[in-house]
Formats: sequence, structure tokens, C-alpha cells
Amino acid sequence: MIRPGLHALLSHWLRHPFQLVTLMLGLAAATALWSGVQAINAEARASYDAAEGTLSGNGRETLGPVEDGPLDMGLFVSLRRAGWQVSPVIEGQLDASSDALRIIGVDVFTLPPGDLPEAATERGGRSSFLEPPGELLVSPAAFEALRDAEGLPPRVAVEGIAAGVAYADLGTAQRLLDREGEIDRLIVTGPPSLTAPPLSKIAPELERRGPAGAGDIARLTDSFHLNLTAFGLLSFAVGLFIVRGAIGLAFEQRRGVFRTLRALGLDARTLLALLVGELLVLALVAGAIGVTIGYVIATLLLPDVAATLRGLYGADVEGALSLRPIWWLAGLGIAVLGTALAASGALWKIAHLPLLAPAQPRAWARASARAMRWQALAAAALLVIALLLGAFGGGLVAGFVMLGALLVGAALILPIVLDGVLSTLARFARNVLPQWFLADTRQQLPGLSLALMALLLALSANIGVGTMVNSFRATFTGWLDQRLASELYVTADTDAEARALRDWLATRTDAILPIRSVEADLAGAPGEVYGVADHPTYTENWPLIASDAGVWGRVAAGDAVLVNEQLARREDLWPGTTLNLPGWDAAPVAGVYSDYGNPLGQVLVGLDRFETLYPDAPDRQFGVRVAPERVDALRRELDEAFDLSAQAVTDQSEIKQFSLRVFERTFTVTAALNVLTLSVAALAILTSLLTLATMRQPQLAPVWALGLTRARLARFEIARAVLLAALTFAAAIPVGLVLAWVLLSVINVEAFGWKIPMQLFPRDWLWLGLLSLAAAILAALVPAIRLARMPPSDLLKVFANER
Amino acid sequence: MLHVWNLTKSYAGTDAPVPVLRGIDLTLDAGRTLALTGDSGSGKSTLLHLIGGLDTADEGAIAIDGVDITALGDRDRARLRRGTVGVVFQQFNLIPSLDVAANIAFQARLAGKPDAAWIATLTERLGLEPHQSKYPEQLSGGQQQRVAIGRTLAARPRLVLADEPMGNLDEESGAHVLSLMLELVSETGAALLVVTHSASLAGRMERRLHLRSGQIAP
Repeated sequence: MIRPGLHALLSHWLRHPFQLVTLMLGLAAATALWSGVQAINAEARASYDAAEGTLSGNGRETLGPVEDGPLDMGLFVSLRRAGWQVSPVIEGQLDASSDALRIIGVDVFTLPPGDLPEAATERGGRSSFLEPPGELLVSPAAFEALRDAEGLPPRVAVEGIAAGVAYADLGTAQRLLDREGEIDRLIVTGPPSLTAPPLSKIAPELERRGPAGAGDIARLTDSFHLNLTAFGLLSFAVGLFIVRGAIGLAFEQRRGVFRTLRALGLDARTLLALLVGELLVLALVAGAIGVTIGYVIATLLLPDVAATLRGLYGADVEGALSLRPIWWLAGLGIAVLGTALAASGALWKIAHLPLLAPAQPRAWARASARAMRWQALAAAALLVIALLLGAFGGGLVAGFVMLGALLVGAALILPIVLDGVLSTLARFARNVLPQWFLADTRQQLPGLSLALMALLLALSANIGVGTMVNSFRATFTGWLDQRLASELYVTADTDAEARALRDWLATRTDAILPIRSVEADLAGAPGEVYGVADHPTYTENWPLIASDAGVWGRVAAGDAVLVNEQLARREDLWPGTTLNLPGWDAAPVAGVYSDYGNPLGQVLVGLDRFETLYPDAPDRQFGVRVAPERVDALRRELDEAFDLSAQAVTDQSEIKQFSLRVFERTFTVTAALNVLTLSVAALAILTSLLTLATMRQPQLAPVWALGLTRARLARFEIARAVLLAALTFAAAIPVGLVLAWVLLSVINVEAFGWKIPMQLFPRDWLWLGLLSLAAAILAALVPAIRLARMPPSDLLKVFANER
Repeated sequence: MLHVWNLTKSYAGTDAPVPVLRGIDLTLDAGRTLALTGDSGSGKSTLLHLIGGLDTADEGAIAIDGVDITALGDRDRARLRRGTVGVVFQQFNLIPSLDVAANIAFQARLAGKPDAAWIATLTERLGLEPHQSKYPEQLSGGQQQRVAIGRTLAARPRLVLADEPMGNLDEESGAHVLSLMLELVSETGAALLVVTHSASLAGRMERRLHLRSGQIAP
């Protein structure tokens, strides 16, 4: 019984391979977009884990110099002899090929095994690692990148090492960094012996430092990944619309077969079991295809994501993707879950299929007024939830729930809105053909509604994200011009060099603006305090978004401070409030400035007051004001007069270009996902139209018989797709703008702490509108051409089969 | 082999249930043929569906080979349709994605008793040999009805039910297909119950019952 039943069910796909392709494509696309994004997230998180595991003192106390500078190796020996359990570390940058490599030199004999990746610990015990020329333990990606590097010891690829990091034996690292006999710090690997003298006695030049806050990077980048996940979910939802449409149509077309099978003796439970089995196999196959495509998408996008995370947060993520088994399983799981979700309605209908009901082709499509009412109610409820969350909700999760409710609510209400618009248009139609055209379009709506909802989601996301990116770009560019007012930025290596540089520059430039800062606890979170000179560079350019009268005078006089937007929003610090700074309680806040891209709270204090409060703050960095045409010459002269490293002098345009490049890459990922989502939606329309076309004959044949040519009917089919796409696009504009508002004013503020003024870009909408119309025309073209070329005998069959 | 006692069936109406069958009694022995005639709405198709286990009665009993099918659950009624009863539908109800050969063999395979020789005989006798690899949409109405008859008889049912079997065929094709069906049914020894409007078709059955307003007309 099962074999013939299965044979009958599966034979449908052999006779309708296109439908099978549609179903597989939808499911594969949905899985691909979802698992691609998840793969990127998983890879980034794995990199953070590796980075946290990097031996940098995280998780353990360290002993470091009270004053900046290297430590003598002899200290390590003295401490060990005195009963202190410590392990020496030296760390430094090495320019290897095009990328900087951070060398970490360790002593494997005193370092606990768990402090290095497992494979590294095992490798570290070998004589080849310990004896000259030594070895560098690097990640597999770095191993490839350094394949042709010269002047380095042999490299060994080891899993679990962070990108851009190389472990070496202490001696090897000292030699490579040209710092024989020096170390940077000592890791405390256990409690000192009971007889060990206190640190202040045995090594007063050292101080104990607590473990660094592990997971900082993960916390900082959480919102970025949340954005990606949300986009992945949206893409998955768009894909599911296709799957749901394809399953619904495939089931509807086989409704007669199901009924016949039941009439011939296949019981309902077996039929359902066979259908579930069939869907499971399809989901697994399509899921596997989707995961593979997702892997390709992730591989293509990961370098941009890595660059973004590095630029924004300094988080190192390997630019190459490794395939993880859990990722395969999750991808297949989500494909099966998606199919179950998409098929649940159709399966429920089959379970309750009346055996004797007359065959009603497209009965599924003629949604009853009651079902429509339920849909409208659900949409209204979701939109009210979105509204309430917008008004009273707080936090990132509430922001995303609001976003979800808004999008799904808008999608659900779309068919009802379109039906209303078409019925209104029909009232104004005077001629018979427009009347028929509009009535026929309304009749097609239920069959196309899933695809149109998918299109609405894709277009809204495009408009929303596009508006956010462009608003951000416009604001960010202007902000960079304001913030980077100095023509050159110079950083000295030592205090003496800084003094010499300042003296040298004093006669050759218009102004030298010190950039001095200290790290400080600001309202319970890590932050930074900067000293700011009283100079028109700041007073005329600094991007203030809120300020008291005479703000700059008060700051210069040391009576008030400026805070950045993220600190202001987080702690509700606006002009008129006060803030506790180290050494200055209740410092009055006189203004707030925008500070995009900075995850930390920041405070500006007048330079004189800053020097009083923090006299030990380094004074090695400064901005230089000079006529723009003098910049190149001054750089050359600086190079000749001082032996400065390449990074010591940066000109304004370089920083701007770098910042804009980081910024552009930040949004490359979302832009790519935007295009992919829109493509998936266009595919949804194409597949829906093609499948509907096979069921259109009974509706079109009478109109053809009454005197409309096939070519004209085909043109009507294209016009219908264009009309529906245009109406959907019109509906997507307000939805997209609300989405942009939520992203800019809710999500961004919650995630990053700053708010971007929203700007409108109608020219982009026009372009997107044309694109969606072109997609609709392309999608309608194939069924229209088929109709135009359909032999009259096929149309006549409709009448021949009439009872 | 078929006994029907006091069979009653109503459908939900706007205000009150609408009675379709009111206390039907009938019998049909193995190897015999019976025509059920009546006007549209007289309840003949409903009676056929109840006997075929496609629908359930409100009251009364239907015994096929001594088994009261009104007491059976959905799974057992499905088993009955697979093996004991065969239905020939007016709309043929072929499986469009299977070719002629697969369609004919289908019910026999479903019942777990495919007899290749018998199926080949049926195919030949029904004149479908040249069309075996065609799909239903490529056949004429008469050919499709012959496939439907072949599919039903391939499982060697004890009772064949036919609902307006010639309703979609012209007179000549109808007469030809009917002769074939009667011949083959008689060879299998099955009982045949045909629902029809056609007086000529009814005239070729051994017995004839007329339904009027849900009751057997005297």
C-alpha cells in the first residue's frame, strides 16, 4: 500500500519538475541566507573565543612595570627563587609581508598547559620549538598568509590560535623583536609560597594587575551580530514565503490525487505520513543545497565582516571560513523546521480533506472572508504591538520585536490593502476590459499574495536599510570633516621625542593641539577622558548636538565638561547635569557631541584642568594645524629631521579615507544581503506566476473565445504583474521608512548609543521601484510568452472537459 | 453479498437537516447486476457513496459479505475500498501523473494483490495496449473511462460500484464501454451496482430500482 501510494505522490514531481525546482529553490535560498549569516556569526564568535584564549593576561593576574617600559629578565628569576609562581611573557608587533603579526613569546615550562591552545601546548614541548631557530605557532589562515614570508623561523599551523597572533618560545621572540634579555610582564600562575616575600619588597618596580575583562569584544560586537541575525531571519522569512507558496500549490494541484487515493483505499493517516516523509526528504536535500550555498555566501562576505569588526571594534576575525559539523546540522534543522512551518497549514487541510467534496481547483486561493478577517485582525494586533513597543518599550530586544511585529503585520495586511485598492479602481473603470482586468487581478490576489508579501518585506528592508545607510553616510562624512580638523596627527615614541617634535614644529605650523587622554571609570563603565585645548579648531568645528550658552568658554576655564552622545544617552547626561570624574566630583556637563564608531563613553575637559587632574597622562600625541598645501612638504621635512616610524605621522585625508573605508565595508554585508533578499522575492513572484499560469486556462479560455487574442491576453498578464508590483512598492515605502526610523532611532541608540538624523533619498526609491517593476516584468514574461504561443486546441480543451 | 437495511442520511441545511435517503432497503447477490435510477437529487449517488464506504450513514446498516460497514472506522473502510469494493467514477479520477499502465495496476498494487497476467488481459481487452505509456491528459474521454474500469477490475473487487459511468461519453462509446464492463464484471463474478440517468444503460442491468425523494419507488 505504501509503495504504490508513494509512487503516485512522487510521480507528480516527475511530471512537474518545475514545481519541484521551485520548492527546492525556495527552501535552499531560505536556508542559504540563514545559514550563511549564522556561519559568519559562528566564525566571528569562534575567533573571539580564540582571541580570549590568547595569552594576554586575560583571566589571570599579571605583574607589570609601575612605569611604562620593558622589564629585565632577571626579575623573573628573582621572583621564582623567592617562591612566586610567575611565567614571563614578551609581546611585540612584527611586520611580516603585508600584515602585522603579533609575536607572543612564552616560557612553556612555567606556563600552565591550559593557557595555550591544546595543540600549541603539545607542540611547545618539542625541541624544534625551543631550540634555535625556533618555531612560530600560528593559525592555519596565518600559516597560508605567511607561506612566502622571509626572515621568520619555520611556521607551524595550529588550530585555536587567534588571527594575527604567533606564539614562540621566549628566546625566539626576544631575538625576533630584537629585545634580548627583556620581558613585558609576568603572568601569575598560582599563589606565592607561604614564605615568599611581598611584591613591594622583592620587586617594588612591579605592580599587580587584575585580569582584563574577558568577553569585552564579544559584548561590543553583540549588537553587530544581532543585526546580522535579524537580517538572516528576515531573509529566511522571505524564503519561507516561497516554500509556503510552492507547497501550497503543489498540494492544491494534487488535491484531486489525494482524494482519489483516499477513495481507492489509502487511509488518511498513511497519506499524511507519506506526505510528511516526502517533505522531510525534500527539506533535507534542499537544506543540504542551502547550507552549501550559505557556505559560499559566508565565504564571500566574511572578509568584509572581518574588516568591519576589525575597523569598528578592533576584533580580529579570520578572513577564512572553516566548515563546522554543528553548522551543517543547524542548517538542515532550520530547513526541516522551515518546511514544517510552511507546510503545517497545507497538511492540516489534507488531514481534514472531505473525501467527497467536489474538486475545487484553487479553492485554497479563494480565501474566505472569515480567513481574511482573521488575517486583518492578526495584522492589526501586530501593528498595535509594534506601536506600543515603539512608545513604551526599551532595550535592544524590544527594538527587534517591534521591528518583527511591524514587518510581519505589514506583510499580513498587504493583500487586504491591495484588494481594497483594486476594488476602488474597479469602481472608476468604465470600459469592460479594464473592469475584467481589475476583477481578474483581484481573483489572482490570493494566489499571488505570498509572493507579494515576500516582495513587500524585501522592498521595505531595502528602503529601510538603504535610508539608514545613506543617512549614516551623509552624517558620518560631515562629522569626520568636523572631528578631523587638524591637517596632521603626530605621535612620538618617548616624552623626549615629543618635546623635540613640539619645539621643532612650533615655528613651522599654525598651531599644535595636544591630544592627551587617560582611561577612566565613567559612571561605572570603562571610558576615556581627553584634554582639549582652547582653540578655534574645536570651538568652530566640534560636532555638538546639545550645548549650554558659552560652552567652550566654560570648558576652557575648567568649569564644565563635554560628554559624547553614547555616554549622554546611557547615563542621561545632558547640559545642566553633572558627572563624577576621577578627581573631580560633580563635574557640570555643558554640552554633548556626536562620536560615531566609538564604543566607549568619552569626556572632554579643558586642557589646563586636565593637566591638573591627571599630570601623569602621556603627552606624546598632537594635532598639527598647517595650511593644506604645506602638508606634504612638512611631512617630508619631519621625516628628514626625525627618525619617525611609519605610523607616527598621519595626515587628515588618510584617516578620513581609512574611516570611510571601514564604514563602507560595514555596510557591504547588509547591502549584499539586501540584494540577495530582493532576488529571492523576485524569484517568489516568478515561481508563483509560473505555477498560477498552469491553472489559468479555465479563466482565460472564455475571454479568448469571446474575442481577445492570445497576445493581448499575454500583455494583460504582464500588466497585472506590473500593477501588483507597483502597488506593493508603493506600500513598501511607508513600511520601509518606519523601518528606517526604528533602525536609526531605536535599534542604533540601543545598540551603539548614538542617534543618526534620518534623511530621505527619493532617487534611491525611484531606482528600487524601477528595479522591482523590471523584476515583475521579467517574472511575468515567461508565462506570458507561453500564453501567447499556446495552441488554440489547448484552450479549447477547457470547453471539451465541461460537463 | 450486499444487504442494505433502513438506510437514512441527511445533510445539514440552512434551518434544518435535509433528508436525502429515507429508510432504504436493498440486496444484491454476487455476480448479479443492478441499476439505480432516479432524478437529480433523488439520493442515488449518496446511496452509492455510503455503500462504497466513502461516506457514513445516519441510521441503518450496510453489510458486504456479512460485514456491517457502518460500524467500521476510517482505516477499516479504507481497507474495504482497497480490496472488496471498487468504484468507477463519472469523472474517471485517474492519477494524472501516472501513465496508463501504472494507473490500471494502481488499485491492485494498493490492495497488495497485483496480478500481472490479469492486468495484461484487462489492458488488452479494454483496447488500451497501444496507449500504455500515455498519460491521462493525452487520452480521449472514452479511453480514460476504460482505464478507470481497468483500474477497478484489476483488484478483482467483490462489488463494483459505478457512478454514471457513461455520463461523459457519447452514446456509441458509452455502449461499447458498457458492454466491455459487463463482460469483464461477469467474468470476475463480482456484483455490479450502477447509478445512472440513462434508461438504455439501466435496461441492460438484470434489476432496476428507482429512487424518488430518497426512497425506493414502488
